[in-house]
Amino acid sequence: MNGEPILEIKDLRVVYQTDLETVEALNGIDLKISKGKTLGLVGETGAGKTTAALSIMRLLPEKTGKILSGEIYFAGQQLTQLSQLEMRKVRGDQIAMVFQDPMTSLNPVMTVGEQIAEAIHLHNPDLSKEDTEKRVETALSMVGILPSRKNEYPHQFSGGMKQRVVIAMAVVCEPGLLIADEPTTALDVTIQAQVLMMIRELRDRLGTSMLMITHDLGIVAKICDEVAVMYAGEIIESGTVFDIFTNTRRHPYTQGLFDSIPSLSSRSARLQPIQGLMPDPSNLPKGCYFAPRCKHCMEICVAEHPRRVTEGTHTLLCHLYRETAVVQKSGGEV
Amino acid sequence: MYRYVINRLLFLIPTVLGVVFIIFLVMSMTPGDPARALLGDAAPQAQIDELNRQLGYDLPFFEKYVRYIYQVVVHQDFGVSYFTKQSVFEEVWPRYKVTVSLAFMGVVLSSLIGIPFGIYTAVRQYSLWDTIPSLIAFFTAAIPSFVFGMLLLYLFSLKLNWFPSYGIESWKSYIMPALAVSIPPAAMNLRFTKSSMLESIRQDYVRTARAKGASETTVIWKHALKNALLPVVTNVGMSLGNLICGAVVAEKLFSIPGIGSLIVDRITYKDEPVIIAGTILISVCFTVVMLVVDLIYAYIDPRIRAKYARTRG
Amino acid sequence: MIYLMKNTVQPQVSQTPEKIVFKKQSQAKEVWRMYKKNKGAMIGLVLFSFILVMLAGADFIVPYSAATKGVFSQINQPPSAEHIFGTDSYGRDVFARVLYGGRTSLLIALLATMSSCLIGSTLGAISGYFGGRVDSIIMRSLDIFMSIPDILFTMAVVFALGANFQNLLIALTLAYFTNYVRLVRSQVLTLSEQDYVEAAKAGGAGSTRIILSHILPNAMGVIIVNTTLNVAKIILYESTLSFLGLGMPPPTPEWGLMLAEAREFMRAAPHLLFFPTLAIVVSASSINLIGDGLRDALDPQLKS
Repeated sequence: MNGEPILEIKDLRVVYQTDLETVEALNGIDLKISKGKTLGLVGETGAGKTTAALSIMRLLPEKTGKILSGEIYFAGQQLTQLSQLEMRKVRGDQIAMVFQDPMTSLNPVMTVGEQIAEAIHLHNPDLSKEDTEKRVETALSMVGILPSRKNEYPHQFSGGMKQRVVIAMAVVCEPGLLIADEPTTALDVTIQAQVLMMIRELRDRLGTSMLMITHDLGIVAKICDEVAVMYAGEIIESGTVFDIFTNTRRHPYTQGLFDSIPSLSSRSARLQPIQGLMPDPSNLPKGCYFAPRCKHCMEICVAEHPRRVTEGTHTLLCHLYRETAVVQKSGGEV
Repeated sequence: MYRYVINRLLFLIPTVLGVVFIIFLVMSMTPGDPARALLGDAAPQAQIDELNRQLGYDLPFFEKYVRYIYQVVVHQDFGVSYFTKQSVFEEVWPRYKVTVSLAFMGVVLSSLIGIPFGIYTAVRQYSLWDTIPSLIAFFTAAIPSFVFGMLLLYLFSLKLNWFPSYGIESWKSYIMPALAVSIPPAAMNLRFTKSSMLESIRQDYVRTARAKGASETTVIWKHALKNALLPVVTNVGMSLGNLICGAVVAEKLFSIPGIGSLIVDRITYKDEPVIIAGTILISVCFTVVMLVVDLIYAYIDPRIRAKYARTRG
Repeated sequence: MIYLMKNTVQPQVSQTPEKIVFKKQSQAKEVWRMYKKNKGAMIGLVLFSFILVMLAGADFIVPYSAATKGVFSQINQPPSAEHIFGTDSYGRDVFARVLYGGRTSLLIALLATMSSCLIGSTLGAISGYFGGRVDSIIMRSLDIFMSIPDILFTMAVVFALGANFQNLLIALTLAYFTNYVRLVRSQVLTLSEQDYVEAAKAGGAGSTRIILSHILPNAMGVIIVNTTLNVAKIILYESTLSFLGLGMPPPTPEWGLMLAEAREFMRAAPHLLFFPTLAIVVSASSINLIGDGLRDALDPQLKS
């Protein structure tokens, strides 16, 4: 918890701008990932998690994605200021990303060995062919694939194995930060567990910091040290895994996420989803973005955007909570 | 792999049989007969019938068909023209070569022009380098090849007098027909290649390559292009029918002695041996080219290659 | 350390969750909305509508006789106030011929497209859905059929049956139906593996019903785009046939025929070449614009 942060995002605002509308994807997020730790970024589809990841990698769609303001600090560099040429050196080598759908992430006409070798060669152009090949084989065996399969094509692998190849490609240059965007969502449940375990082993072995993007709280529990919950382009709650999972004081949205998990132990007849849908990112409400769906909504929630409240490692963005420095009078709103 | 090739080649046999059958069938529905065409309408019926019998035209359908097949397969004899009484093969072969060369030039030229431009306009999408070629290609694709041929004739033969307007005396006389045959398909190739490239660039694996730190150039040339070319290869094969049509038209426009014009001329005379021989030759050529295209495709797409490598024969 | 203290819960002014407004748009409306955004596509639509209006109202603009009866004193006249497109080698008004020729060309193209689409799609659907022997037989026969280049086959058919409207229609249908067989077959093959087809089968739906209600509607998009583009191709092909003398017989006004006749007088009367070409290019281009526009509108991956 007290390691220096390897990644720090400050007040990042990102929009997608088309001729018709402006979509506010990220509305001032702050993130910190400590060295060697794994941060889980949780949220529904459309919350902005992938946008955050792409922003770090500076891979937003050229014509429409714009970083309006904010800073992204990584290993002493401010990523938003770097040129594309400089970013290319970072990508794959210092920060690597694993995408969601393994079926389409690999180039069908190149062998997996070639694709991994490419990752190596891009950042180590002077490495000899034999050495590159050796590293390819090491990478493959690290993810549990026979090194002799390096000359096979992606279609010859199953979904889970494809994802392993993608992960091998990502870690082969031993990046300081690995961003995994829902790496197991597209896989069968049993394979999910395998791949997850493998990711964890790799992380432990290589000491990589990780940004794990997921909507599955179970994955967060298994693999993350810290958690940040995203909603409508904002981090509405963050803290250590214990803060989020064991604390009774939670953001109503986070509470809703936990409540909607079907429980094996209690005998409830109905599932408890969170009512409603996320707000339209091109037309965000004035006050708190979650207000329309919140069971505890108050007048102030609609009128005013909440401010961040921190207790130690736990941070919330909600009008329900106040720091004790400000004294409360029951029945009144301050 | 070999087994696949052999299979395809073996398929040529039913193909030829089928083609001959179809042509005989269509011919049987055609009005007129060769004797009448040769002797004229005024000739007495008896004479006409006699000539028809001599030529072997009036045999019942199946007998004609079987005899013909036998003749071709066993004796490699394509028979004698009803019209000129010359050996069919000797008449047909040189013209066949002319048409095939023309069509071949069409394929090569249309690919050489269309594909690189298609790639370039995709890469430089929305810029001037895209809008102008795309616009040109768009309108060119709407011009039928015979019109294009006429425009060429008008411009280069009549007004400028650079190239001869008929015949095949020198290499010069091949230029305009080759252009007429290849430009409209080139426009189609451009459009198709462009859309294939654009599709390819949008794929996830391109995103993966970027995330690895590859430069845009690498991403486009190494990743997107290889995949984009696959459907383009098939498309070139499919456009062959179009090219042959263009070649036939060019033969008429530029008075080139090719097989298309031969068949057109002889249809009136119901010169079945010539028509059938010509059609067979073209169909065989067609089928072989399609096979080559499929093989090329199978070679460059590892997914297909694997499928056929597994059935090692 | 700063502790958090929860507010005692206030009497809540609960917000009724905003009524989520679903944009209830049928698929067709959505496609139209996307289509409208495409400038090129709209130009094509406008142009084509203009053409249709002109053709429909041809009788009111020029009489048909102007297209077929010539005045010998006015042979090969360049465009003038009286004959805005000039006259041809028989003294006939070129504008009238272009207009009425358009009727013929377009009518044939539309009818031929529809019939080839119907026949080809049905065959393709059957072949793709039932697979196995049926598929093999159909596809193999198709391969043999397709190994004869269209032009030769069309020539033979037109010659066999004679050159008139119906026969031309038959010849064109035969030439173009093969496009659809392959296309629809591959669509059916991909779509058959979708889950909702399994679901339908599990629900007891019969083959015809599955094909008609489940598979074809989803293949519709591709079929429509191809059909539109084929109309343009058939216009071009049909004019080529007429040029070769295999189309509508003279003196029927028809663009290909007009161009064939123009050949002799290229030097003296270039306007004879120009106007029919213009007509062909404009018609085919406007249809291509519409087809491209439809393709883009139906493409769900549209990223601006």
